[in-house]
Amino acid sequence: MSFELNYELLVGLLVLTTAAWSVAARDSYSAAVGFVSYGLLLAIVWMQLQAVDVALTEVAIGSGLTGLLLLGAAARVRAAEARVVARPSIALRTLAALACVGISVALAATVLSLPQPAPSLAAEALAALPATGLGNPVNGVLMAFRAFDTLLEKVVLVLSLVGVWSLAPESGWTGRPRLLHPFADDGVLRFLARTLPPLGLLLGLHLMWNGADEPGGAFQGATVLAAMWLLVLMAGLGEAPQVRARWLRVAAVAGPATFLAVGLAGMGIAGAFLAYPEAHAKTLILFVELPMMLTIALVLALLVAGPPERTDGT
Amino acid sequence: MNPTTLFGLCGAALVGIGLYGLLTDPRLLRKIIAFNLVGSGVFLLFGVVARRGAAAGLGGDPVPQALVITGIVVAFSATALAVALLLRLHESGGGATLDDAADGARTDRSRS
Repeated sequence: MSFELNYELLVGLLVLTTAAWSVAARDSYSAAVGFVSYGLLLAIVWMQLQAVDVALTEVAIGSGLTGLLLLGAAARVRAAEARVVARPSIALRTLAALACVGISVALAATVLSLPQPAPSLAAEALAALPATGLGNPVNGVLMAFRAFDTLLEKVVLVLSLVGVWSLAPESGWTGRPRLLHPFADDGVLRFLARTLPPLGLLLGLHLMWNGADEPGGAFQGATVLAAMWLLVLMAGLGEAPQVRARWLRVAAVAGPATFLAVGLAGMGIAGAFLAYPEAHAKTLILFVELPMMLTIALVLALLVAGPPERTDGT
Repeated sequence: MNPTTLFGLCGAALVGIGLYGLLTDPRLLRKIIAFNLVGSGVFLLFGVVARRGAAAGLGGDPVPQALVITGIVVAFSATALAVALLLRLHESGGGATLDDAADGARTDRSRS
């Protein structure tokens, strides 16, 4: 066994340990903290699998934003969860454990018997890439070859925001999301919230612009922007917008709407839905990516902020 | 065994760990966390398939990689909606668990 494999074995074990911790931890807050570290470790695994774009997404969304969401929820339901007295009986838990081990073993057997040589679309994707004007094959797949998936993914984002907003209590309807400000008096957080956003803005745009040719993309860039906005909101330096604000609603649908419009135009000028004329492919992709980035950043931050719960100005 | 297979086995184990939490923990927030573990285990299996498809000078097949990125985003949307449902249930007095005993205790208290 080489040193390399020892390192990978260690990373794998750490991933499994943090995963087991976020299931077994007594307190949900600890479980959420475990889940954040789990996401960070999983990103290392994605790096080992040569999937830098996925690692960036995992770290930003899987670990960062999901973690923030879970930590906030854990703090709010802590008292109610303390009342839990009964777990399923030992017999039931053993049965569940056996079933889960069975499923894991079946999956492991599948992994060990994957076809050799492995099927791959890498060569095809790379061969068709010049037509898109992009240099990053993952982004080529996202924005051109499987653009339909990406379009629907944006629609899912907007729909889940509609779902979250629909859960507003009657008193908060059309008001502002209640972001907890537990650290509003924290000098360090306020300092960071004043210092980081310009850098974050630059980094986000850099990720989006360079995502055309290198790892990154509109999605990862937008997540950085969303994080900067959330930082400002959590430090109490900014106010979450009222969800009835017209600009907010327009911005929330700007991305998918532009994408859809370009896609429909493709039927006329390139002969198929979501097709780009070859000469202008890259320009059109960037034209779609800019409003998409705005939508993603806004929707991600608002999903974390939760449903509107207060109508007053403060 | 090569590293890719190792991570594949890791993904298989993650699905099992997550599923166990989903089945046995009565707390809804823990079910959401466990479900995310199952999801990331499935993504990891996908990542292994992508890595095995390395060809033409690329480190992995970009098609499954792009699908995983889309999947992570959709999983986040679903988690955000689930957390919002949980908090709404909690704040409207419906509790935060599926534990009958805890629910019974709460009902008794509200009656008295």
